[in-house]
Amino acid sequence: MNEIPLKERMKIERHPIPAQKPGDRILNFNEVNLGYTPELALAEAQRCLQCKAAPCTQGCPVNVHIPQFIQHIVDGDMLAAADTILADNLLPAICGRVCPQENLCESQCVLGKKGKPVAIGHLERYTADATTDARAERVDKVEAKATGKKVALVGSGPASLACAGDLIRMGHQVTVFEALHAFGGVLVYGIPEFRLPKSIVAYEVNALRKLGVCFEKDIIIGNTIGLQELMDEKGFDAVFIGAGAGLPRFLGIPGEELVGIYSANELLTRINLMKAYKEEAITPVLSYKGKTVAVFGAGNTALDSARTALRMGAKKVNIIYRRTEVEMPARVEEVHHAREEGVEFIFLASPLEFIGDENGWLQSVQLQRMQLGEPDDSGRRRPVAIEGSQFSMDIQMAVIAIGNGSNPLLRSTPGLQFTRWHTLVVNLDTLETTVEGVFAGGDIVTGGATVISAMGAGRKAAQSIHDFLSK
Amino acid sequence: MFEIINKQKIAPDIYQYEVSAPLIAKKFQAGQFIVLRPFADSERIPLTIMGSDRKAGTISLIVKAIGLSTKQLALLHKGDVIADVLGPLGHPSEIENFGKVVVVGGGVGTAVAFAVAVALKQAGNTIISIIGARNKDFTILEDEFADISDELYVMTDDGSYKKKGFVTQQLQELYDSGMQFDRVVAAGPLVMMRAVAELTRPYGTPTIVSLNPIMVDGIGMCGGCRALVDGKIVFVCVDGPEFDGHKVDFESLNRRNQAYRGIEHNKEHQCMIDEQLEEEGLDE
Repeated sequence: MNEIPLKERMKIERHPIPAQKPGDRILNFNEVNLGYTPELALAEAQRCLQCKAAPCTQGCPVNVHIPQFIQHIVDGDMLAAADTILADNLLPAICGRVCPQENLCESQCVLGKKGKPVAIGHLERYTADATTDARAERVDKVEAKATGKKVALVGSGPASLACAGDLIRMGHQVTVFEALHAFGGVLVYGIPEFRLPKSIVAYEVNALRKLGVCFEKDIIIGNTIGLQELMDEKGFDAVFIGAGAGLPRFLGIPGEELVGIYSANELLTRINLMKAYKEEAITPVLSYKGKTVAVFGAGNTALDSARTALRMGAKKVNIIYRRTEVEMPARVEEVHHAREEGVEFIFLASPLEFIGDENGWLQSVQLQRMQLGEPDDSGRRRPVAIEGSQFSMDIQMAVIAIGNGSNPLLRSTPGLQFTRWHTLVVNLDTLETTVEGVFAGGDIVTGGATVISAMGAGRKAAQSIHDFLSK
Repeated sequence: MFEIINKQKIAPDIYQYEVSAPLIAKKFQAGQFIVLRPFADSERIPLTIMGSDRKAGTISLIVKAIGLSTKQLALLHKGDVIADVLGPLGHPSEIENFGKVVVVGGGVGTAVAFAVAVALKQAGNTIISIIGARNKDFTILEDEFADISDELYVMTDDGSYKKKGFVTQQLQELYDSGMQFDRVVAAGPLVMMRAVAELTRPYGTPTIVSLNPIMVDGIGMCGGCRALVDGKIVFVCVDGPEFDGHKVDFESLNRRNQAYRGIEHNKEHQCMIDEQLEEEGLDE
């Protein structure tokens, strides 16, 4: 029971999460946030007003019973807290770290109206971390009777992992096919170690393995095995496509072929998946030591790239964005962390051309000043070039982080329909594609979005697949 | 698992592997490639496929142990298992009955040239093959090409075997003799493919080149393999690997391919890969 009266709770300040000092952390790839201590977690949990209507839960894409899990923390029953989250969200250690809580659950918190909302994300993370060992020791069993139905999941990112967790508990046989050599999709190739340690992803994959989910690497559906072949020849009764949005967009300006320009995906894949930040790694990455870097884009991936470049020894890292800070899609916490670390922001500037030296290496970028005009389709004010405002900036490295299109590999699959943005067409109620028995969710349907929305889609598809198989 | 069923040294530092990969063998079409990692901590490297045996469930690869990763592969022998093999990747070569086709192969590019030549032959084309190597020792796949070619020309840079000169010299001679071709397909070092494309340009012969840039994932995720074709960025892994040779910007591609030279050399040194290879004995 929370002994603190409601009025008193409202006076407690939100507890910041302990973090590595900026000067220390730019010298390593270890996690920036260190996580709550038990004392901090309890103190933060006690701020929760336990609202009956639970607006926070409504703000969560998978409707985690937030007041309940926080109450378990207050009561000191961490496993009960974990189980409360796990009932709706299978990846709490991951979501506690990478969900944009400020736009979701925390944005609905009643405390946030006058002060700062309860740190739901930090508490979720604490709950997952504090129960890691205890959960690993538990014997997880599937309670449901085996249905004898086989489901193939394409890709092993958050959508598929969430889908797999539900399907296996419903008694189906589940096989996850991954093209890369490691499981987790964007969680392993995209999000850096300093935001999401890869051991956590491995833990979650293993937890699913223990439940009986099969993971197959080095198989690319569409090439190694055809989509239809999965059902016609390999005996799968249904398929879930969670292939993600992996095709990096480039700016489409002259000079993008110069050496020294990476897509964010390439930089992050070399660093995260291939571990190029480690001295002993075989996969190389171009040197950032002492260099001036420009990162184009303003989402979390742009910030991840900028902070990665700093950790690789860059002298100066600029984020260049054609709009202003208000329009940045990145998480507030990430912008804050990046600033603390010394990343500089150049707003209202847009690149025109990359200039190389005589050997084809990047030397500078031509930029032009922008101003905000009328709102566009996305509701954000459209950046408009200011005539005669061109200027040049000397840079040796550039990272393009302006988003990803959907992966092109399935586009030629007979029967599947794609939108003009190359995302998959699905029935919005069931997430079934235009091919019977084939469902899809996550970034391949929505375009680049969040881990939690992909997980939400994975869970929704699992229910639809279950209904489909139960017919 | 990806077991090495057979390994044969076919030239100095060049090995031919038969690798168990039934799913890839079943799907392989000429012109496609794989991404491979010799060991669980290796780099991902793209390699073209020379052929497949669907019944045996194997694919054939020809690899020159030239960089750290290919040297790591050279450390693996018959019976060993390759950590990762992903494929088949890329668009298959466009195969139809074009008529008279010249297939040009240089270095280990001869392997993919062979795959394409086989498919073109089966489609009813007349195949004129020109394969080139530094010298006699490095000449590979001569017998294989002889089997499927209507005419075969073997060139060595130093004249130590067959005809002295580059493959382009032979191609020029064929044009000079008044022959006309419906298509030229070239696979090999960038300089060779560029020279072939420049040679055929004035004749207007459609010329297809098989690009082999630096890749990481091989599935369209990183854009590291991007090249300028017709002034536009393409991803060789998912848009290629074959392109119209007359439209490829070889200059920028060549620079991109050189970008890691110094870094890779340091890593090779650190890994003492050459010492390991020496201990292992390079000869199979």
